Amino acid sequence: MMEIIEKKQLKLKLTSSPHIHSDLSSKKAMLYVIIALLPCVISSLVFFGARQFLIILTSIFFTASAEFTVRKIRKQESTLSDGSAFLTGLLLALILPPDFSLSSTAIGAVVSIVIGKEVFGGLGCNIFNPALVGRAFLQAAFPVPMTTWVKTEFPVDAFSGATPLSAYKFDKVITDIFPMFLGNTGGSLGETSAIAIIAGGIFLVFMKIVNWRIPFSIITGSLVFSGIFYLMGKTPDPIFHILAGGLLFGSFFMATDWVTSPLTAKGIWIYGFGIAFLVIVIRVFGGLPEGVMYSILLMNAFVPLINKFTVPLIFGGKDE
Amino acid sequence: MNFFKNIRTFNGGIHPPEEKQITKDLPLETMPDPEMIVLPTVQHIGRPAKIIAEKGKIVAAGEVIAEADGYISSPVLSSVCGKVEKIGMNSTVSGFQKECIFISKSDNGEIRKYDPINPEYASLDEIRTRIKIAGIVGQGGAAFPTFVKLSPPATKKIEYLIINGCECEPYLTRDYRLMLERPADIIAGLKISMKASGAETGIIGIEENKQDAINILSKLVENENRIFVESVKTKYPQGAEKMLIKAVTGREVPPGKLPVEVGAVIQNVGTAVEVYEAVVKGNPPLYTWLTVSGKGIKNPKNLKVKIGTPLEQVINFCGGLTQDAVKIIAGGPMMGVGQYELSAPVMKATSGIIVLTESEIHSHQETNCLRCGKCIQVCPMNLLPTRLAKLSQLGRIEEAESLGINSCMECGSCVYGCPANIPLVQWIRIGKKSLLKLNQQKKTV
Repeated sequence: MMEIIEKKQLKLKLTSSPHIHSDLSSKKAMLYVIIALLPCVISSLVFFGARQFLIILTSIFFTASAEFTVRKIRKQESTLSDGSAFLTGLLLALILPPDFSLSSTAIGAVVSIVIGKEVFGGLGCNIFNPALVGRAFLQAAFPVPMTTWVKTEFPVDAFSGATPLSAYKFDKVITDIFPMFLGNTGGSLGETSAIAIIAGGIFLVFMKIVNWRIPFSIITGSLVFSGIFYLMGKTPDPIFHILAGGLLFGSFFMATDWVTSPLTAKGIWIYGFGIAFLVIVIRVFGGLPEGVMYSILLMNAFVPLINKFTVPLIFGGKDE
Repeated sequence: MNFFKNIRTFNGGIHPPEEKQITKDLPLETMPDPEMIVLPTVQHIGRPAKIIAEKGKIVAAGEVIAEADGYISSPVLSSVCGKVEKIGMNSTVSGFQKECIFISKSDNGEIRKYDPINPEYASLDEIRTRIKIAGIVGQGGAAFPTFVKLSPPATKKIEYLIINGCECEPYLTRDYRLMLERPADIIAGLKISMKASGAETGIIGIEENKQDAINILSKLVENENRIFVESVKTKYPQGAEKMLIKAVTGREVPPGKLPVEVGAVIQNVGTAVEVYEAVVKGNPPLYTWLTVSGKGIKNPKNLKVKIGTPLEQVINFCGGLTQDAVKIIAGGPMMGVGQYELSAPVMKATSGIIVLTESEIHSHQETNCLRCGKCIQVCPMNLLPTRLAKLSQLGRIEEAESLGINSCMECGSCVYGCPANIPLVQWIRIGKKSLLKLNQQKKTV
């Protein structure tokens, strides 16, 4: 708020209206997302072992230190208190494979913040989702460790060291729905347990941190597009596609990043269905088993364009 | 369960804490007249009134002390009997210094009444003239002269006369109290206004959270076939002119146009009561109704006070400020004006005095825009507040104009929910001012 005068005797604040504000702040929003990610953190520890916590800690430590250092070097005010660096660190860790090397995690974390966010000017200025930038960098730099999946440690069903998507892509093995729903399959730390993701995701939608249109459009879009290819006999059923890989995690936690998603409702529909289309096309026709990361990054790039063409019609029609 | 019922409303809007429970059960109380009344010559939209009272002269209550200057203007009546002590500048609740007439109260004196008019037999002009000379202005906040609203240009036809009982601003309960305490007078005022404007249909729009007001008024219009009570969704800014018209008629007022463009006129419940009083009873409007509320005031009240009573007196009458009071606002907390000079008087269209404490304001630090799009979702005018604010900040005023900056009604919904706490509407206001200047320059060149 713009404070103009503070009267000494009365200690009154004088600002122009509105005089009240909701209690939502950037910091609080980041905190809500971190809370929403806790079920995913727990599922990663349960299914892949407690030592995965080291990956999470390393990632958060290096994103926070990278932001602090860059800001210091560029003589800018520290923005650590807004919590976004911690969130980026947590998000990055949750999309890395289990038992991933800690030094590589640190590199990915630094890239996320420096290349993904700070070079653009910091929070609110970046084009691409920082955590995905970090992951894309690691995927290019360390392709083998990035696609090496350890077995889940969960005693019920020790599954082979592959993700449901790679198992299908390379061996035509279709994983059962139930373990995919619960989370005891191969995959990145936070992406395997559908139930944990949905729990956190619903919390965010309920708290109005996440625009419900984003997960809704990605999920329904994926159902439709994979349904088409399923009917053509090219791919497993749509439910498999929704539960497999990073689709749920991406649609609730990655594509919903405020900064890198469109502003208007109309724009969001284009963005969401665009992501869904790309994911399914990559999964069905691409060389890679998974395509959520690249789909979101690609659609991130289109967001400025989408915003430009989805300016809503002013109430009462057009001027003149 | 009205989950499946289609509730009338508009797109966007916000749900700030209502805080109406503080004063909603307190009946309107008449405050004793203060010793000195201060009457600004500008209490309405339009040209300032021309002062005709002279210093030292004795005036009666209801006597015209400043005349309307031109068509869109409104006379100022003395609200007490007394002596004109001074004519000079004083702070007003609009935040500006304006020319004011100071009148000291005397204990005996007359009230200048009008001849009662029977609206059944009165002519259109008779009613309009009465509303004009009584200086009645819209009580909803903008203070547009009421007779102008009721006199549509020859090319336009008014179909709907809409009484605004939404009171969507948090804290305020005076419209609610008026609806409970004077429902028959509101309907009488509505009928007179319908006659004066030629409207065939009268609608009273009330937010759902005021169910008892809806019940009382619905009961009274049961046997009327041209007057309806509509309950509309409780949402800020439901009481904004264009939003209420959209909710009850489905029509959208085009940008830059007045409601008459779609055949509608909106009147506040308080205005309807004043119209009734002036026409039927012959009483000049000497009072306004106020909600004095907020955690910063010791004894919150709903009041009937003389127009021209200094804020300080009203606040003292309500027990004074608490220790932690930080903001005094004339009007509601969303669109009201912050006050710093308590000698400013209550004006014709002042609807409340709200005193807030830090705990009600929720001020926090401003950060970069996070492009969350919340401001766009809530904007009732479908604008892009974040873009407009940025363009205004960068001085790219013409771009802002093409994105409809002038359609902004400054309701403040965008700022309320902004997680980055960017003063969006404040920047838009600056942008609108610059645009005005730019267009004036263009004209002169």
